[in-house]
Amino acid sequence: MENLISIGVRSIFIDNMIFAYFLGMCSFLAVSKKVSTAFGLGIAVVFVLGITVPINWIIQNYVLTAGALTWISEDFASVDIGFLQFIVFIAVIAAMVQLTEMVVEKVSPSLYGTLGIFLPLIAVNCAILGGALFMVGRDYTLPEATVYGVGSGIGWMLAIVALAGVREKMKYSNVPGPLKGLGITFILVGLMSLGFLSFLGFSI
Amino acid sequence: MSETAEAVQVKKSEPLFSAKNKKLVTNPLDIDNPITVQVLGICSALAVTTQLKPALIMAISLTVVTACSNVAISAMRNSIPSRIRIIVQLAVVSLWVSLVNVLLKAYVYDVSKQLSVFVGLIITNCIVMGRLEAYAMGNKPWPSFLDGLGNGFGYGIILMAIAFFRELLGGGSLFGFKVFEAMGIHYQGNGLMLLPAGACILLGIIIWVQRSINGYRESH
Repeated sequence: MENLISIGVRSIFIDNMIFAYFLGMCSFLAVSKKVSTAFGLGIAVVFVLGITVPINWIIQNYVLTAGALTWISEDFASVDIGFLQFIVFIAVIAAMVQLTEMVVEKVSPSLYGTLGIFLPLIAVNCAILGGALFMVGRDYTLPEATVYGVGSGIGWMLAIVALAGVREKMKYSNVPGPLKGLGITFILVGLMSLGFLSFLGFSI
Repeated sequence: MSETAEAVQVKKSEPLFSAKNKKLVTNPLDIDNPITVQVLGICSALAVTTQLKPALIMAISLTVVTACSNVAISAMRNSIPSRIRIIVQLAVVSLWVSLVNVLLKAYVYDVSKQLSVFVGLIITNCIVMGRLEAYAMGNKPWPSFLDGLGNGFGYGIILMAIAFFRELLGGGSLFGFKVFEAMGIHYQGNGLMLLPAGACILLGIIIWVQRSINGYRESH
């Protein structure tokens, strides 16, 4: 249990998807002009990461790794289809995003309206595929992978909402012409990332 | 490697090309740069640039993947139903990325370890998807190939610029060669440059300089 809490806190603050690994930067920069839309996209990312990381864990451990197919038949003990990892993961992610979109549309049309175009775009958000690949690299168990998926989603949401808040205020400041827009945003992200470094001292 | 040889060959025969085709390769280098103007492919640009060598390998890999997937999608563009085009594109891109990944593991294993998940993440690199959507879906294979090359080079230039400053200021070396020590100067590495934060600030400054020169402005 303590282990799970530790992984959760680490993935939100210390190993933050944005500030430590720069994953999902494209939508992070493009959708962070308003707090409300940033929040909507953040929720969608938490949702999709929370679903796809455990599913990809199951596929990785019961299908893809060397000798993982023995639960079907002993004959498959020598089969290693690890090279299909990228294709399978991205297919799972694309399918889950599509599924999520349909479920959200049926269950809560209002949330669907808020998320709008962002839901399908999540399929190509590198934070999602990155989460799955990191999960494989770190040898998590299934509960750990689930906590990791949800945690890094929350970390991503925290980052985008914070940046959107700062950018809303920045409209009123006098930034030099060539630095306007993208330039100042990068410097801002750099400074926020420095701030998040202070969490490095935490040990749980 | 064969990839670089291919790139050099195309550059040499450039004068034979029409002005329009030439523009496809040169525009992304500056006024239409994928990173600093189109804001695509930022993730890997920041994450793999602590040293020049992985940055170079990453730039080459991305150029190969973009150019090859552009050709493949462009060749199939009339037979892809538009509803499922994203999945088709992802499948084609991940095929090329898997190939590149296997090649890297075979020939430059240490760099491939260093790049870790970022080779796989070329699949979701917005430059690749962006070029497929914006260019390859509507153009013939040859211009699409040049467009892919150009955008790969544009990405590579920025990547090398960031990596140059990060490795030089952060570790005092270039391609692992200790520049300051060779000149007999003691250099204390600047740790900020090696942190993610340093990369962001550096990229912000590069964008600032580039836009001061070429006059590109954003509305706010």
